[in-house]
Amino acid sequence: MWLIDSSIGRKVVMSVTGAALILFLTFHMAMNCVALISGDAYNAICEFLGANWYALVGTVGLAVLVLIHFVYAFWLTLLNRKARGRERYAVNKRYDTVEWASQNMFVLGIIVVLGLCLHLFNFWYKMQLQEILGTTAVINGQSISPTDGAFLIRYTFSQWYYVLAYVVWLAALWFHLSHGFWSMFHSVGWSGSKWLGRWQVIGNIYVTLLVLGFLSVVLFYFFKSIF
Amino acid sequence: MATIDSKIPEGALAEKWSNYKAHQKLVNPANKRKLDIIVVGSGLAGASAAATLGSLGFKVKCFCIQDSPRRAHSIAAQGGINAAKNYQNDGDSVYRLFMDTIKGGDYRAREANVYRLAEVSNNIIDQCVAQGVPFAREYGGTLANRSFGGSQVSRTFYARGQTGQQLLLGAYSALCYQVNQGNVELFTRCEMLDLVMIKDDKGKERARGIIYRDLVSGEIKRCSAHAVVVGTGGYGNAYFLSTNAMTSNGSAIMQCYRKGAWFANPAFAQIHPTCIPVQGDKQSKLTLMSESLRNDGRIWVPKKLEDAQKLQKGLINPNDIPDEDRDFYLERRYPAFGNLVPRDVASRAAKERCDKGYGVNATGLAVFLDFKYAIQTFGKQVIADKYGNLFDMYEEITDVNPYENPMMIFPAIHYTMGGLWVDYELQTSIPGLFAIGECNFSDHGANRLGASALMQGLADGYFVLPYTIQSYLADQISIPRFSTDLPEFEAAEKAVKERIAKLMRINGKRSVDSIHKELGHIMWEYVGMGRTEESLKTAIKKLDEVEKTFWTDLRIPGDAQTLNVELEKALRLIDFIETGKLMAYDALNREESCGGHFREEHQTPEGEALRHDDKFSYVACWSYKGEGKKPEMLKEPLNYEFVKVETRNYKN
Amino acid sequence: MEKTISFKLKIWRQRGPKEKGQFKVYEMKDISTDASFLEMLDILNEQLINAGEEPVVFDHDCREGICGMCSLYINGYPHGPATGATTCQLYMRRFKDGETITVEPWRSAGFPIIRDLMVDRTAYDKIMQAGGYVSINTGGVPDANSIPISKEKADLAMDAASCIGCGACENLCPSRPISAITVNGISIHHNA
Repeated sequence: MWLIDSSIGRKVVMSVTGAALILFLTFHMAMNCVALISGDAYNAICEFLGANWYALVGTVGLAVLVLIHFVYAFWLTLLNRKARGRERYAVNKRYDTVEWASQNMFVLGIIVVLGLCLHLFNFWYKMQLQEILGTTAVINGQSISPTDGAFLIRYTFSQWYYVLAYVVWLAALWFHLSHGFWSMFHSVGWSGSKWLGRWQVIGNIYVTLLVLGFLSVVLFYFFKSIF
Repeated sequence: MATIDSKIPEGALAEKWSNYKAHQKLVNPANKRKLDIIVVGSGLAGASAAATLGSLGFKVKCFCIQDSPRRAHSIAAQGGINAAKNYQNDGDSVYRLFMDTIKGGDYRAREANVYRLAEVSNNIIDQCVAQGVPFAREYGGTLANRSFGGSQVSRTFYARGQTGQQLLLGAYSALCYQVNQGNVELFTRCEMLDLVMIKDDKGKERARGIIYRDLVSGEIKRCSAHAVVVGTGGYGNAYFLSTNAMTSNGSAIMQCYRKGAWFANPAFAQIHPTCIPVQGDKQSKLTLMSESLRNDGRIWVPKKLEDAQKLQKGLINPNDIPDEDRDFYLERRYPAFGNLVPRDVASRAAKERCDKGYGVNATGLAVFLDFKYAIQTFGKQVIADKYGNLFDMYEEITDVNPYENPMMIFPAIHYTMGGLWVDYELQTSIPGLFAIGECNFSDHGANRLGASALMQGLADGYFVLPYTIQSYLADQISIPRFSTDLPEFEAAEKAVKERIAKLMRINGKRSVDSIHKELGHIMWEYVGMGRTEESLKTAIKKLDEVEKTFWTDLRIPGDAQTLNVELEKALRLIDFIETGKLMAYDALNREESCGGHFREEHQTPEGEALRHDDKFSYVACWSYKGEGKKPEMLKEPLNYEFVKVETRNYKN
Repeated sequence: MEKTISFKLKIWRQRGPKEKGQFKVYEMKDISTDASFLEMLDILNEQLINAGEEPVVFDHDCREGICGMCSLYINGYPHGPATGATTCQLYMRRFKDGETITVEPWRSAGFPIIRDLMVDRTAYDKIMQAGGYVSINTGGVPDANSIPISKEKADLAMDAASCIGCGACENLCPSRPISAITVNGISIHHNA
């Protein structure tokens, strides 16, 4: 099948799954921003997206997308390395015109995935998973309601090392997406000599807003815990 | 002496080609599949011929010396391709293109061939546009033209400074189509080493195959066919420094010559006026600046000898010389054509000035090509749009900015008009052996006009050979394919292997290139732009010495049974030495000046070429008589029935 | 006055596609800065031949930047540090005295090494033969001016068609070396 056999097809898979993930991040960011205004409102959303069938289907779908994106990334990187042949260049100078991110998408992706694991442990494990299992997580000897997201935010971001990890994670995400956004349109052919530049600008703005949205919640709760 | 039958069809000039096509023998489609044709060379002529023959249904084997047909040196042609379309409504016609070419060739080409060339020139443009060749266009969407040396109309079609590339890619594409269809088999990185001839049942020897070397594995292999076509280009690299590519060679011509094909007019080599002058003794090739530059650049040297001397010593800058002290010698001598005189005339005029001491670089062997005036008239942007890539290239090579300083140019060997003798059907004197493109002698006489080489290569390949070869093959339909195990192949392969072994055994001290440089030096010095009886006799003597040096002092490192670049070069060099001698013999024999051949004894009081039509209006066909023996010269008289032979005049 | 430089050449030598290769270092003395890079390699080869060694094998042909035969990865750049020029159009004045110049072949599985710096680029021909051609037979075509094509489109077509097929673009994307260098002046192989 062309989605597997051809290099264009493989890139299309990367681009479509990537697009879906960006959409997910957009919703997630919008939801997080609610926590800036009111913890209760945030918890209401948590409750709404608990162990319901639609939330579960969404979660599984999301997991599948991530998996496909991840497997294809591995595969493409492997193929690229194989295409280079047995020997690498001994001296290799890169040009300024090539984005740093485009050459390091795989490494950035790995950082993003590691951050994701941390994030799943910090939140998903203590929320949706507990709800599915019918148990509750325990922090400092106190059991936490699976829908009390606001508490988990307050708790996680009061610890400086988590804040640092999340900042690194979000930075990697920014680089990854700043390249991913426009190249996703490029891969499916919605680009050209004119639109390439436009997508790059639009992408940079969009991704910056997205990452800033996430970052604001992290930093807001961090500073709130200090002062 | 054998009489030469050039098989020119009957009838009026304009009807000859139509008559020929109407009455020629053809091969029916079912039989075409049974016939093999070898095409050696995959440049414009070779690729277009192989593709067309393939599309007709013949089984073609096409040999290419580089890794891909797209590398052939046709790719380097910059300026354009002529055609008598008259799209510019400036009075062009088939007849005018024919006349310009005959006149440009200094009345030493065959009328019927040249007329046919002019006739099919229009088909070439149609064909190439259909293939998608991106010729330059006007804003209205029609094709654009520019003018070129030797004509007073704008008939040259071009694709920026890369016309040869685009035309070659078109032919390459057509060739790939036929490879895909299974009609053409492509042999890349393979070089022909000998022609194989087999006697037919009447005892007549015919070309039936080739021996070639796989350049990667070093293996010697055989290939058979019903007919062999060579389109291997010219032999300009006999001069070592030329505008030809490094692998361009005349060995296929010499192999055919040694098997009995005549070598016609070897002395006719074209010297291109606008090349970048030589710098230092390590230089490996000369870079051409397109002739189209002469459309807007003005050529000059200082009027005063002392200014020239100061320039040679580097004491003054060319821009320091005021206009009134500049000698625009082409405009002065040839007011009607000015800077657009044909190449041979422009080259000789540059040499004349430099010989008198007016040369402008350190060696005194360069003239200026100045764009100051064009930039003043049209603005820098217009000039940059037209010639930007050429200017960048010039600056990269010489480190001089041609927008601010005049370019320096000097003539260099560029094209060889001579080559294998062919009749009207492009068949050589060996039955079954055809020659197309630069490697035959047919259309350019003693001098080729700019933008005509592409035209001739494609005319031969697309529109002439595919017809005329059928006239030969029509008799061959009942002959089955040949086995390469025949004793003739055996013997030819053995001879080639022995020749290689002999080369490897020399084991002397000198590299191929060092001997090639020596050869080039002799050729340029004594068989170059100005030739005399004395210089040519000296050349022959010196060439014998070079040959001796070659056979006693050559060193080829490595092994013959594997990739060996030095061996490849050595095989070509020994043929170049022999070609050089033939050129000297021919130049010595032709006691007149015409086109690219200038004998200093034969010039008018004003220094123009002086032809002797009563004695030399013939094609000199050299026939091989055995190793170490002087070749025999046969004459094909040139009878001009339709054109009045005149002295070339570019003055008014 | 002619300027000369001396430098070390670190060149990849490899007997055949299957054999193991390694860098060899050669001292080059008093090379004219007006020499082209390939002429400098000619000088090296002349020295090697005079010393009875086998010369370095590299692809080259027209030496005027159009045939696409020359390659070489020089000091970490395809076709060397000059932008918009092929190796044959690279001149030694680009290099400094005392420098070490590293010369490598294309390193791409699609272009296996034949020997030393010579690589096999028949992959391009295979693409062409598999369908990269225009399916036009000779003859029977309409007059060249019967279909007007706007100058803008013709210029764009020319831009696209000026690829010389040298393979330099593989340094950026070894899996899809399709957008390549163009000749003299305009180049996109550095940012393909």
